[in-house]
Amino acid sequence: MQLDAGTVVKAPQTCEKVLNTIVPFHKKKVIIENRPGLLFVDWAELWEHRELLYALVMRELKVRYKQTAIGVSWVVLQPLITMVIFTVIFGYLAKLPSDGVWYPVFALTALLPWTYFSQAVTRSGTALVGNANLVSKIYFPRILLPLSMIIAPLVDLALSLVLLFGMLLYAGIPLTWKVLTLPAFIIIAMLTAIGISLFVSAANVKYRDVGHAIPFMVQIWMFVSPVAYPVSLVPEKWRFFYGLNPMAGVIEGFRWALLGQTAPDTLVMTASLAVFSMLVFAGLMYFRQMERQFADVI
Amino acid sequence: MSEIAVRVEGLSKQFRIGARQQSYGTLRDQMVSTLKSLVGLNETHSKSSGGQTAPSDTFWALKDVSFEVKQGEVLGIIGRNGAGKSTLLKALSRITEPTCGRIEINGRVSSLLEVGTGFHGELTGRENVYLNGTILGMKRAEITKKFDEIVAFAEVDQFVDTPVKHYSSGMYLRLAFAVAAHLEPEILIVDEVLAVGDLSFQKRCLGKMEGVAKDGRTIFFVSHNMPAITRLCERAIYLDEGRLRADGPVHEVVNAYMNLGLGCMSCREWLDPDKAPGGEIARLRAVRVRTEDGACTEKIDIRKPVGIELEYEVIRPGYKLQPNVGLYNEEGVHLFESVDLDPAWRGRSRSQGRYRSTVWIPGNYLAEGTMFVNVDISTLEPWIVQCIERQAVAFQVIDSCDGDSARGDWAGPHPGVVRPLLTWNTVELGSL
Repeated sequence: MQLDAGTVVKAPQTCEKVLNTIVPFHKKKVIIENRPGLLFVDWAELWEHRELLYALVMRELKVRYKQTAIGVSWVVLQPLITMVIFTVIFGYLAKLPSDGVWYPVFALTALLPWTYFSQAVTRSGTALVGNANLVSKIYFPRILLPLSMIIAPLVDLALSLVLLFGMLLYAGIPLTWKVLTLPAFIIIAMLTAIGISLFVSAANVKYRDVGHAIPFMVQIWMFVSPVAYPVSLVPEKWRFFYGLNPMAGVIEGFRWALLGQTAPDTLVMTASLAVFSMLVFAGLMYFRQMERQFADVI
Repeated sequence: MSEIAVRVEGLSKQFRIGARQQSYGTLRDQMVSTLKSLVGLNETHSKSSGGQTAPSDTFWALKDVSFEVKQGEVLGIIGRNGAGKSTLLKALSRITEPTCGRIEINGRVSSLLEVGTGFHGELTGRENVYLNGTILGMKRAEITKKFDEIVAFAEVDQFVDTPVKHYSSGMYLRLAFAVAAHLEPEILIVDEVLAVGDLSFQKRCLGKMEGVAKDGRTIFFVSHNMPAITRLCERAIYLDEGRLRADGPVHEVVNAYMNLGLGCMSCREWLDPDKAPGGEIARLRAVRVRTEDGACTEKIDIRKPVGIELEYEVIRPGYKLQPNVGLYNEEGVHLFESVDLDPAWRGRSRSQGRYRSTVWIPGNYLAEGTMFVNVDISTLEPWIVQCIERQAVAFQVIDSCDGDSARGDWAGPHPGVVRPLLTWNTVELGSL
């Protein structure tokens, strides 16, 4: 740990005095001091700021496609165009297998959760630096900034799901009860994105290099996820390690729920569950630790 | 009554030198310094290697500041640039974490360190009011209730549904301030935001704030505008180099602040050249207010001319210098600016040395009251500001009731920002 602006130099005073002070009425009392050590999330405070989270999400949604000619159509166009590119390059030219499903549908089913994930990570990764004026001028739980960018692309995802259902209808693939499990996979994608973005957005405040690295990271991640190809292409003995990537589980889950392919392996799902739980937990700790010096460093 | 709203105990905040400018390290710097320390090329005091920061690389923006503020009190915070005022406000508003010491706050806090935080140009006035209000800590329902009032205060009724990027800068600021002015926190923290907007709007903001103060709310108010401070606050604290230098009734503290040099409010001298305000080319060494007979005084007879004397040093020769003086009255009204146009030096490069320029304001020109003098010195070609010293000195203009000043035989309040003795001419045109 390096000694930077805001790090502990002297132990803070004891709390005895505070305990003896009688709080008048039922006013909210706040103590501001240097709180060394590991910190956990103040859930009550987050709840108190729920309207701010809503406002930040709404701002992101409203601003995103302002002054564009085709506006919200971009939400649907992005995965659609990627689907066409994938179909031509991976499906037609490289002749990647698609487990017997029409390649465009096969690709689009994976592209939706993937597009959501990459949008969420990319936007939330720069959420703090991009809102430096807020961070340095107003107090609020900083975690709301990356969080709002995780939530906002959910709307995009919902819109493009409509497109996907249309494609499924066209391809003659019937919807089953399994569709109802989609939210569970979306939540896994969300939690994974939160875990990553807690690290990335906080580190980006201090090391802007991280901001430049995000697009590459996301791109590499896409190729180690079964977006363009099926998991069956991965050699059996590597499957477990492959499953450590929570996004592999999410994409497999989407294909299982919508295309009726083989269910994701339980072992693989357990592994990715463990991975993203740890990721989120460690991310929260790291973020809280870094949060204390955001305003000084940003 | 008189419960403690805010208690600050031994508050200190340490920064790394250059922490603001060189605000973020890069991974490369980190790796380089790590490598260097591995191979023994350790540069112990290199700034970029945070882990080896020597004590000399840090400074205390705040050092051991303690004070208490009672509920309903309006506390002015004054001090020169870099004295730690903003850091104090940031610590109070929980933006930055103190290095040591503690702050205890009883009540809901809103801080206004900037107006229009979070405003987005693409959003309409309405959307921005909601967004900004929420960011400042208002509830949606509360904003809805006050929405019409906010829009009316900002005078932007017709443009509520226009994106704010199409607003004039004045409209933008008015709307931004209007949101802030309608906050209802128990404790309000305000930083110099009144330095924006046109004069009439500033006055309304001050009026609004006075209203807020009367409601029994606690206010922290930072400003370079001494007149505003003396009008709004009953108590003030004075920070200098991160330390609390004075704490008490506002007039005493403002006096302490103005008197930092020597003698009185009307005379400021910087004995230590390193601490004198200035740049690479020139620095200010003294500012004095003088009467005709050379006395350095803070009480000026309205009928007599008053001289403002600047003493400065030219450190680097070969530049054309432009000393300038600006006058403000106690309401913060900017009366005038006067540039040194002495033909002897106009357009002439100065050689190294010490200079004294005096500007004379004629008698029977200023109104009565306290006048604050801002002093700045710039070079021409290229135009570089060497120093700007706000409220460098102040003096009091006293109107006599002898009958030979502009007020004549009228002894009551005499409004107006200037009080010239003008020539009147009356002739009788005939009887009725």
